[in-house]
Amino acid sequence: MQRFILIRAFQAVATLWILSVVVFASVHLTGDPALYLLGPETTDETYAQMKKNLGLDRPLIIQYLSFANDVIHGDFGISTYSGRSARDILFERFPATLQLAGAAFVLSLLLGIPLGILSAVKRDTVFDNAAKLFAVIGISAPPFWIAIMLVLLFGGILGWLPTFGRGGISHFILPVSVLAWAGMAGYVRLARSAMLEVLDSDYVKFARVKGLRENSVIWKHALRNALIPMLTFAGLTLAGLLNGSIAVEVVFAWPGLGRLMLQGITSRDFPIIQATVLAAGFFYIFTSLVVDILYAYVNPRIRFE
Amino acid sequence: MAETPTLAKNSTDLLTITRWIRQMKLPWIPIVIMVVLVICAVFAPLLAPHDPLEIDLLNSRIAPGEDWSYPLGTDIMGRDMLSRMIYGAQTAAKISMLALVVGMVVGTFLGLWAGYKGGWLDTTIMRFADAALGFPTILAALIVVVILGSGIEAIVLAMFITVWARFARMIRGDVLAVKDQDFVTLARITGVSTPVIIWRHIFPNTVNTLMVVTSILVGQVILLEAALSFLGLGLEPGAAAWGIMVAEGRTVILQMWWLALFPGVAITILVLALNFFGDWLRDSLDPKLRRLQ
Repeated sequence: MQRFILIRAFQAVATLWILSVVVFASVHLTGDPALYLLGPETTDETYAQMKKNLGLDRPLIIQYLSFANDVIHGDFGISTYSGRSARDILFERFPATLQLAGAAFVLSLLLGIPLGILSAVKRDTVFDNAAKLFAVIGISAPPFWIAIMLVLLFGGILGWLPTFGRGGISHFILPVSVLAWAGMAGYVRLARSAMLEVLDSDYVKFARVKGLRENSVIWKHALRNALIPMLTFAGLTLAGLLNGSIAVEVVFAWPGLGRLMLQGITSRDFPIIQATVLAAGFFYIFTSLVVDILYAYVNPRIRFE
Repeated sequence: MAETPTLAKNSTDLLTITRWIRQMKLPWIPIVIMVVLVICAVFAPLLAPHDPLEIDLLNSRIAPGEDWSYPLGTDIMGRDMLSRMIYGAQTAAKISMLALVVGMVVGTFLGLWAGYKGGWLDTTIMRFADAALGFPTILAALIVVVILGSGIEAIVLAMFITVWARFARMIRGDVLAVKDQDFVTLARITGVSTPVIIWRHIFPNTVNTLMVVTSILVGQVILLEAALSFLGLGLEPGAAAWGIMVAEGRTVILQMWWLALFPGVAITILVLALNFFGDWLRDSLDPKLRRLQ
């Protein structure tokens, strides 16, 4: 187990390192930051001075090392757009995204798994088909579009819920529902198939023969074993949440990481791009590491692969 | 007398075919949706009543049903929604097919090669595939956009990154399963060259996987294209792409609901059809792959 954790942690660090190289290279491949800051009409002298100030006259490898050193110490530079420290802006925005993603993650688990289990228990009934359809719409409809339609319905026509910004609990309802719907689809399908498999197994048949009540068979005997495959899926859902949250943050004007990242890209604000991409990458790599370790803990076969 | 057997033979043939079709349990609704959209994409110039990009401020903001020369209404610039929807099918098909086909060819080739050769080559290719898969698609896409600037090349490349890796991973698995079987060994002993072994003896065994992976990916690729267009990272603003149309309709959703509604419905229905068709294909080709998603 220790060996597995070590190998997996090493892989995570290696992925982060590759990401940092890609991010560093992307800034240097997309043109000259000094020229970008100064604009096209500049003298050679100020240009050379700017290059020197930014440290761009040094060899690339030295530049990378100093970049990496800064990043490790949490220094991403000054946002060229707002003139503030990119780290400060990042720390203002990150909690908003974490709250959104966290709430959506929990909601998708709480709704998805029971829905999938009921779907399996009531196999081939109207309920089963409705649940399957609900789940497949969740992965087929673009989250940003569902978000806009909910804005139209609950904000515009009914006027029940706030549709933009971050405030009280009511501000969470729409964006969290959109993200959770997309995330839940996988749990419904997975819970359903895992449960069908378990319900067909000998020990569940035995529990029934023994005369246990149906509720106890399903929720105590079958569920525990059906839960294991769902854990691996958690990592995938996290990726889905990150994928969906950028567009959903845009629709709801949610002051989070995704919208910050997009603003950085459209205004070519490199310190912000570096900070947001690395933060999102770190968040993703770290959570998949935790999920993998948890999975190895429940399923010993994985450890020896 | 000579006619009866032929007739009987013909009718049994017909019967066999209809029975065969019935046994296939073809998903008719998804197939019809896919065919309609493919026709829209291919014959867009013939089907669209107006130019999808033509600005006509005199006829702007027409609601659907108000004026029957614009059945789905017009947008803020007076562009015909129906024509934009039809051309949107073409855009979606072009971009996603490009990414999918290139990704499929590269991924299949690398998967076959890595699986058959093994060794350090295999390890290297698969490490790259893992890296591409182990990362949220949208984040990878955004990095590509930062490097290349927004545009069609950027989104195609972004989509390609995830597509090739899926194909390479799955195809390699298939190769490992067949490469030590007798027919491959025999081919090798009789002196068949490696490319021929891979193409003639191994590749045919991966075709099922190829179809299943494609069916899973089409929908995802279309959704990714829509999301990137929506975020303004793909085609230029105003282009007839469903994602861009939803973005344009977003700001005026309370005044002109139809602008965002129709393209979103089109994306959803298309991806739903693809997902249902993919499920059917998976079930009929290989029950083992059923839980892939």
